[in-house]
Amino acid sequence: MTAVKLFIKDRKGQTHHVEAPTDMAMNLMEVCKAYDLPVEGICGGMAMCASCQCYIHSETRLPKMQEDEEAMLAEAFHVKTNSRLGCQIPITSDLNGLEIELAPE
Amino acid sequence: MIQTDILIIGAGPTGLFTVFEAGLLKLKCHLIDALPQPGGQCSELYSKKPIYDIPAYPEILAGDLTQKLLEQGKQFKPGFTLGERAETIVKQEDGTFVVTTNKGTIHRAPVVAIAGGLGSFEPRKPPLKNIEKYEEKGVAYFIKDPEIYRNKKVVIAGGGDSALDWSIFLSKIGSEVTLIHRRNEFRGALDSIEKVKELKQAGKINLITPAEVTEVFGEDKLKAVAVIKQGKKQLIETQHFIPLFGLLPKLGPLASWGMEIEKNALKVSTLDYQTAIPGIFAIGDVNTYPGKLKLILCGFHEATLMCQAAYKIINPGKKYVLKYTTVSGINGFDGTKKQAPKAVVQAIN
Repeated sequence: MTAVKLFIKDRKGQTHHVEAPTDMAMNLMEVCKAYDLPVEGICGGMAMCASCQCYIHSETRLPKMQEDEEAMLAEAFHVKTNSRLGCQIPITSDLNGLEIELAPE
Repeated sequence: MIQTDILIIGAGPTGLFTVFEAGLLKLKCHLIDALPQPGGQCSELYSKKPIYDIPAYPEILAGDLTQKLLEQGKQFKPGFTLGERAETIVKQEDGTFVVTTNKGTIHRAPVVAIAGGLGSFEPRKPPLKNIEKYEEKGVAYFIKDPEIYRNKKVVIAGGGDSALDWSIFLSKIGSEVTLIHRRNEFRGALDSIEKVKELKQAGKINLITPAEVTEVFGEDKLKAVAVIKQGKKQLIETQHFIPLFGLLPKLGPLASWGMEIEKNALKVSTLDYQTAIPGIFAIGDVNTYPGKLKLILCGFHEATLMCQAAYKIINPGKKYVLKYTTVSGINGFDGTKKQAPKAVVQAIN
């Protein structure tokens, strides 16, 4: 199994160092849930609820934003220029060292 | 007062399938849902999306699944209280429960099955300072009575179908309708988008994009909103501000009904999916137990076992023998009968 290291800052400011497998077709929202971080993922990963919104703090190369993610972020709250939906970011080796912060609920 | 055998809270797939399983045991169901239509998340969040893990359906749209479940349960004549949220529950001396909604509708049943998914759908409120102060005083998150906007100034925010549809509708009766969205692109039906464009050209809708409402102002009532478009702020005088940013489920009043809650879900026994309060069951996404999976198909299983326990509560002392629908057929509460055709036995001369 190959895994990447991620740094996830929760809403209380605590940073969690987590390892995420690259071969299990997971996304960032699912990794947060797997580690019991306070991410709801209400819509199950359809880019329809923004409950997995996070801010990207590292220069990591991420997949380009698709139309549905852009549309959801246009209606979400607390959106910044570095906002992304965790459910739209698959865990790949590119993500090693990624630093994110969970957006407010 | 609405009286039934099993009162189901939540008309999503699990709640709807309960109607069928209960019907086989001759138990009548009534469903309460905060949404105006049945289907739960399947109709509200993703009706046009396919589901691939419903047994025997290699692929089915969530909206179609809802329709099929309604059709399957129809013969057992379920009652519905839609567009109302179950607010309180009180256990009576005779052991039955009385559940009252936010609109005051009263229901009574010996068994309550909570099939509330992730909770009741509530509007997403934009995090604007002082916005609560103007709720019901100019700020509304959904439109109950469009007539109150007649000859009034209205500002609508949002980029989906409801923002588009209400802008179109209110442009006919309001004195001034402004639609504000963070992007130039809208996520809605193409003909609605075209219609809004037309109304903008005709001066009937004041369309401001890409822009965002950032402040609300007023005294005892709302008087204006501040809008920022590409860094420039402007004030728009208005009597009404309607942010339409979709709905999100919240556990809501259920959380205070006295059941044990773990990770936003109700703890149940896997014997019969009963909560710690005898007579109150929790099935589908709303419950939790060791090994829980939030899948529609698991909700169906839970609903089936729950109905057996409900039968025992409602018919104490009566023995139940499992019958197969293929053998016994189905007797609907509406007088219909379904039965497998008898095999034809004929001699060959």
